[in-house]
Amino acid sequence: MKKDILGRKGRIAGILLLLFLFFLPFIAPRFYVYMASIILLTGLLATSLNFVLGYGGVFQFHHCVFYGAGAYGTALMITKGGVPLWISFIAGPVVAALLGLVMGIICVRLSKLYFGMLQISLGSLVWVIIYRWYSFTGGDDGIHGITMPDIISSYNNAYYFTLFVSLICLFIMYRMIKSPFGSALQGIRDNPIRSEMIGINVRRHQVMALTIAGFFAGVAGALFVVVDNTVFPDMLFWTLSLETVIMCLVGGWFTFLGPMLGTAIIIALRTFVSTYTVYWALVLGIIMVLVIFFLPTGVLGFIEEKLNKKMIEPVIEE
Amino acid sequence: MLEVKALTKTFDGFKAVSDANLHVKKGEIVAVIGPNGAGKTTLFNLITGILKPDSGQVIFKGENITGLPPYEICRKRMARSFQVVNVFQRLSVFENVRVAVLARMGKTGNLFTPSKKLFNKETKEILESVGLVKKKNHASALLSHGDRKVLEIAIALGGDPEFLILDEPTAGMSPEETARCIDLVKHLSEKLGLTILFCEHDMELVFAIANRIMVMVRGATIIQGCCEDVRCNQAVQDAYLGRSDTCSM
Repeated sequence: MKKDILGRKGRIAGILLLLFLFFLPFIAPRFYVYMASIILLTGLLATSLNFVLGYGGVFQFHHCVFYGAGAYGTALMITKGGVPLWISFIAGPVVAALLGLVMGIICVRLSKLYFGMLQISLGSLVWVIIYRWYSFTGGDDGIHGITMPDIISSYNNAYYFTLFVSLICLFIMYRMIKSPFGSALQGIRDNPIRSEMIGINVRRHQVMALTIAGFFAGVAGALFVVVDNTVFPDMLFWTLSLETVIMCLVGGWFTFLGPMLGTAIIIALRTFVSTYTVYWALVLGIIMVLVIFFLPTGVLGFIEEKLNKKMIEPVIEE
Repeated sequence: MLEVKALTKTFDGFKAVSDANLHVKKGEIVAVIGPNGAGKTTLFNLITGILKPDSGQVIFKGENITGLPPYEICRKRMARSFQVVNVFQRLSVFENVRVAVLARMGKTGNLFTPSKKLFNKETKEILESVGLVKKKNHASALLSHGDRKVLEIAIALGGDPEFLILDEPTAGMSPEETARCIDLVKHLSEKLGLTILFCEHDMELVFAIANRIMVMVRGATIIQGCCEDVRCNQAVQDAYLGRSDTCSM
């Protein structure tokens, strides 16, 4: 994936990064392995948001609803339904995708910021239901100690599982963005009216994109269950959604791997800054202001512009 | 090919288009002229489905298309360009046109074939016909205004239309660019056999390329006829051309 964006040097960097990620459990203490898992799955969440935000131009402000839906879907299937993990692991994201479909159909009637506001409201409704429904979801306690099959129960194996699934999901999303569907989606982002005038059913495309994004956010949620063995209502609270939007913006929301990089930056900073001060949100705010002023296309967007002056990838002839 | 009957559109009590009538035969170039605010662009928006008319009918190829959504009208092979440049800013010139070709071929639901393997030939042909092939890798946001207006037309051609609507194709263009654009429009009409409906403020251009002219004033059609009839019509002169000696030219 990296190779397409950054050329040959990028390809080498990509391979080195993959090797590093692969051997991480051998060289790093457990805490860092756990952190890497969280970065990977949160990065998947941010990438799925960027699928509709950066490539689709849809202001999905409350994307974590689908993350939470995936996680709760998986967790409830295991604890209440007694369904084996592997089936639950698919079912969680499917639940998230269905929720994405329903919310998409409702919200897509509005555009831009109005979409975002309605989406935050509907998402908060889902949060309240999960927060209050003690008998089913465990309310504000969440669900703890979800047992995993032996094969992925250890920290290292959970990490490898997360790495594997995230990479596959990223690859699938990358293919989708480069497909005709992705081209049309980017056309809609740039100019919805023009898109309709060349024969694209704009709303249907947006709903489809929102469903896909919901699914992959759900996968990220299910991965969280695997890594942390818990779910809690904060996973669908709107502040986390906002943080996810910031991850996309910091990393570069017109680049494919930007959100992943943004996630790594934000989570690493949060972890280290929190050891010195409780005012993490203040630091985050300052970072956001700096990014908007100095890196309007995000960190990876900035690097990309520096590396190849042309803003876009060259088109291969014939 | 296209028939517009008594079309009316009101915005908060303001009659933008009232009683507009128009008919265009296959292979013709028809111009719509009228002073600023006469409702030309609104008329085009009504024909292409971006706005829904309050009353009246739009009949295209014998089929009533009044009130259909734009993407369905487009699939009946009607395409348009816009007055304000309306291209896909972050895509390259090539991608801009390819998206239109993909949409025409109904491939936009395809999730897994890479786009860059599809329709390279068709896209290149369109870019060649409008003369943008050298700039195909440029980001469309970086093109000059004239080139972007041409790209507009290229995107419209991506839908392989039979009927093309151009909303002020030469607005803001330099004289050279305008000349190039006139050649392009003539080429489209003569070589590709497209039926063209356009509106324009440049009277020289209108009289040079249009077969027939429709004049709109305050939302209503006053006359539709050949260039000479329009030039000599007293109501048109009063409303628009101003002086009455134009006929003796």
